Amino acid sequence: MNQSVPSSSRLPLIRNWIVGILLIVLFGWSLSAMKFEGIQEYGAQVMASIWEGFTHPDWDYVYLPEGEDLLRGLLETLIISILGTFISAFLCIPFAFWASSNMSRFQAVSGSGKFVLTVIRVFPEIIMAILFIVAVGPGAFAGVLALGVHSIGMLAKLYSETIEAVDNGPREALISSGASKLQVLRFAVLPQVIPQFISYALYRFEINIRSATVLGLVGAGGIGVPLLFALSSRNWSRVGIILLGVVILVTIIDLISGWLRRRII
Amino acid sequence: MTPAPTPETAEVGAPPPPPSKKPAPTIDSKGPQRFKALFTWLAFIVVIVVCGIRVDADFVQLFSKNSMDNVGRIMNDLIRPDWSYTGRILPAMIETVQIAIAGTVIGSVLAVPVALLCAVNVMPKKIVTIPARIVLNLVRTIPDLLFAAVFVAVFGIGAFAGMLALVFFSFGLVAKLTYEAIEAIDPGPLEAMTASGANKIQLIVFGVIPQALPYFFSYVLYTFEVNVRAAAVLGFVGAGGIGLHLDQQLNSLRYDRASTIILLTLVIVLVIDYASTYLRRKLL
Repeated sequence: MNQSVPSSSRLPLIRNWIVGILLIVLFGWSLSAMKFEGIQEYGAQVMASIWEGFTHPDWDYVYLPEGEDLLRGLLETLIISILGTFISAFLCIPFAFWASSNMSRFQAVSGSGKFVLTVIRVFPEIIMAILFIVAVGPGAFAGVLALGVHSIGMLAKLYSETIEAVDNGPREALISSGASKLQVLRFAVLPQVIPQFISYALYRFEINIRSATVLGLVGAGGIGVPLLFALSSRNWSRVGIILLGVVILVTIIDLISGWLRRRII
Repeated sequence: MTPAPTPETAEVGAPPPPPSKKPAPTIDSKGPQRFKALFTWLAFIVVIVVCGIRVDADFVQLFSKNSMDNVGRIMNDLIRPDWSYTGRILPAMIETVQIAIAGTVIGSVLAVPVALLCAVNVMPKKIVTIPARIVLNLVRTIPDLLFAAVFVAVFGIGAFAGMLALVFFSFGLVAKLTYEAIEAIDPGPLEAMTASGANKIQLIVFGVIPQALPYFFSYVLYTFEVNVRAAAVLGFVGAGGIGLHLDQQLNSLRYDRASTIILLTLVIVLVIDYASTYLRRKLL
C-alpha cells in the first residue's frame, strides 16, 4: 500500500505520455496516406495564374444582363437557404415533441425520437440533395428539399432541449384548471418556447447559407454550379469573384441574423 | 378555464395576455404592437411565397406518380445493401478517417498561436486582436467543400487536397472556440504572475495554457467529429476518401452499393461521435 502513494502521483504523467505517443503515431499513420505529388508540372505557372486571378477578380461577372451572373447565383443561394430553413422549422416541431422526455410518459418514446434525429443529423446533406435530384430533377428545388429535411436533425434536437427546459408552473396550473392537452400545449408550452425556436431557426439559417453554397457542386442549384464550371475551366478570376461574393453574402447574413437573435432573446 | 384570446392575438400567434390584466389599457398600448406583429408576419409570408416561385417549388410534381416511382425505386435498392461490397470500400473508409485526423491535427496546431493573438487578456493591443479576428471570420465563411474544390484544382485529385481543406476549416473553428475559452479563464493567476514579474511567454505557458488546455482538447475532439462527416463527402469534388466511391456508385445507379457506403459511414460516424463525446465529458 505504501508503494502505491508515489506511483499514483506519477501515474497520470505516465498515462499522459502514453496517450501523447499514441496520438503522434496515429497522426503519423494518417499523414503517411496523404501523398503529396507536388503541384504538378507547371506548378509555378499555375500558382501564378491563380494568384493573378484572385487579385484581379472578374468584376464584369457581378452583373450580366442576359443572366447567369454572380448576383443571381447568390440570390438563388439565399432563397434556397430561406426556404430550406422555413420548411425544417415547421417540419421539426412534431419531431421535437416526440424526442422531448417531458412530453411523453415512457422513456422509450423520447429515446426512439432522439435516435431518429441522430440518424437524420449524420446523413450528409449532399447525399440528401442527390436523392432529391432523382425525385424532382436537378435545380434549386432539390436543394431546398435537401436542406429542409437535413436541418430537421439539428433543429428538432435543439427544439426538444428547449421543450425539456420549460417552466412547469403554467402547465400544472392549466392542467389543474381542467385544460385539454391541446390547450396546455397552446397556452403553457408554446409561449415559453417560441422565442428560443425562432432564435435556433435563425442560427440554422446561418449554417444553411453555407451549405447552400456547396449544394451546387452536385447540381442542386445556387452559386456552387457556376463555381464548379469556373473551377473546371480554370477561370481563376471568376473563381476569385465567386469566393469573394460568398464571403460577403455569408458575412452580411451572419451580422443580420446575429442582430435579430440578440433582439429576440 | 383558459382565458380566451382575442381574435387578433390568435391570428398573429402572439402569446395570450395574462388573465388578471385589465382590458382597457392593454388594447390602447397593444394596438400598434399588434399591427407591427401582423405586418411582420405578412412580410414574412410574402418573402416565402416569392422565394417559392423563384425556385419553381412544385409540390404537386414532388408527390406526383412519376417522382414517387423514382423515389420508390431508389428506396427499394437502398434498403437492400450489397454487403459483399464492404471489403472493397474499407481502404477508402480508412483513408477518410486518416484525412480527418491529419486535417484536424494540423489545423488545430496552427490555431493555437492565432487563438492567443485573438484573446484580449493575452494580447491587449486592439491593433493585433481585431485584424486577427477578421481573418478568422473570413476563413470561417468558406465551407469545407469549397476549400476542397479549390485545392483539388490546385494540387490535383486526391487525399492531400482534402486534408488541406480540413486544415483550413479546423483552423477557423478551433481558433474561434479556443480564443473565446481563453478570454473566459480565471484572471487571478495571470495577475499574480504579472505582479511577480513574469514575462509574456511565462504568462502564457504557466498561466493561460494550464487553464485553457482541457477546453482546447475538447474543441479539437468536437472538430474531429465534424471533420469525419465532412471527409465522407469530400470525394464528391475529388478530394479523396469514401465520397469518391459513393459518387461513382450513385452515378452508375448502383443504389444497393451506395447504401452499403452510406450505412458504413453512419456506423463510423456514430462510433466516433460516441467515443468523442465520452472523452469530452471526461476532459471537462
